[in-house]
Amino acid sequence: SLRCFSALTPGLKTTIDKVVTADKVVLFMKGTKDFPQCGFSNTVVSILRSLNVPFETHNILENELLRQALKEYSNWPTFPQLYIDGEFFGGCDITVESYKSGELQEVLEKAMCS
Amino acid sequence: MGVTKEVVEATLKSKMNPTYLEVVDTSGGCGASFVVEIVSEQFEGKRLLERHRMVNTALAEEMKEIHALSIKKALTPAQWDQQKESNATVSAT
Repeated sequence: SLRCFSALTPGLKTTIDKVVTADKVVLFMKGTKDFPQCGFSNTVVSILRSLNVPFETHNILENELLRQALKEYSNWPTFPQLYIDGEFFGGCDITVESYKSGELQEVLEKAMCS
Repeated sequence: MGVTKEVVEATLKSKMNPTYLEVVDTSGGCGASFVVEIVSEQFEGKRLLERHRMVNTALAEEMKEIHALSIKKALTPAQWDQQKESNATVSAT
């Protein structure tokens, strides 16, 4: 289909591919893990901390182009966005819900062992 | 005129055909922000990520103006009944 404008250029797509596979757990958020600037981002950071997994965060407030490109990359309209093993896992609500059900722990364990 | 609770409700009703729907406006005047609980047959056989994607897609137009959307529940009617039942049991004991 034709698009008038897309933030997700081939170059940016390659960059995002690299960033989401550079670490097992990658969180694109508002602020950083030490200084979250939004309650939803803070919630996901707290969950990851409580599960004791190493994770990398990237502040989308510092890069408007990356922010727009990521929305297209994941086909997800909001932040935070959690990636596990290079794959989009979900936003805040999905992370909370799957943390409660134990599914998140399972997916993380699998990722850590792969 | 921005996005109202009524607009979100109407869109979800027409696109998701829910058996239960609750939209709560949590903006407090600082921009469009909603919490949604939705029960629909359309979620049958779909994982949580897919279910949330369906809601996001249904609200694609509105999302341009919505600042925060929290999908608290996206259940099938069977799951909804089950949850009501277990809640009833909890409060009964």
